[in-house]
Amino acid sequence: MQNLHGIPIDYYVILSTALFCVGALGVMLRRNAIIIFMCVELMLNAVNLLLVAFSSYFGDSQAQVFVFFIMAVAAAEVAVGLAILIMIYRNAGTSDTDVLTKLKW
Amino acid sequence: MSLTQYIFWFLSFLALMSSLMVVFTKNAVYSVLCLIITFFAIAGHYLLLNAQFLAAVHIIVYAGAIMVLFLYVIMMLNQNKDTEPKKHPYLMVISVIAAGLLMLTMVGTVKSAELPGSTIADAQVGTIEKLGQVLFTDFLLPFEVSSILFLAAMVGAVYLSKNKLQS
Repeated sequence: MQNLHGIPIDYYVILSTALFCVGALGVMLRRNAIIIFMCVELMLNAVNLLLVAFSSYFGDSQAQVFVFFIMAVAAAEVAVGLAILIMIYRNAGTSDTDVLTKLKW
Repeated sequence: MSLTQYIFWFLSFLALMSSLMVVFTKNAVYSVLCLIITFFAIAGHYLLLNAQFLAAVHIIVYAGAIMVLFLYVIMMLNQNKDTEPKKHPYLMVISVIAAGLLMLTMVGTVKSAELPGSTIADAQVGTIEKLGQVLFTDFLLPFEVSSILFLAAMVGAVYLSKNKLQS
């Protein structure tokens, strides 16, 4: 397996998988919509880290440009998502996802 | 072990511990602060991987802009420990088991994948010069389209968070 500074790429794979799973755990566990949103950001970052790791190991800078675009889209997503959260809070008076069951069948 | 390996283990430990704190603290503000620590650890990983430009952008965009936005919204919605929704008692056990199984599956899948041999690792890959050349030649159209995306996001955010719509 390839090494960069004596660190095998497997370590980065496992680290970003662990970060992704912590984010997924947060989405499953927490009921506060803002915290769920933060955990989604954490999952996005885990994927970014893996992309940068592969980009450095294989000497290809296109993956880093891709990460740059992911960051741009994440920023836009956060702006719109938090605006939606504020509107939900204003209409329902809570950000608890157990209360927001209007679309539940 | 060399110095970079020590830094790698330290940053990995910091990232994992603070991301677990994000999930398990009751107070939303502490969650945001722990997430900022996680983002700084990830930026440190980017520096280790010779992606200096992305490390700077990551700190500016995530720690500087996005997390401030989160803190601001938490302040506006007056979130604190008392408003934290009640959890079902078994939910914790079930979701930890589910996330552990997900982790096992993903690590098993990725470990069994055959990786192609690397080209010689090039320290110039993550510099602003190299990234700028790629960004403004191969990725010029997506770069311009992302400005339209930002305009749409800005208009959408202002429209959604306006207090009352004039009819």
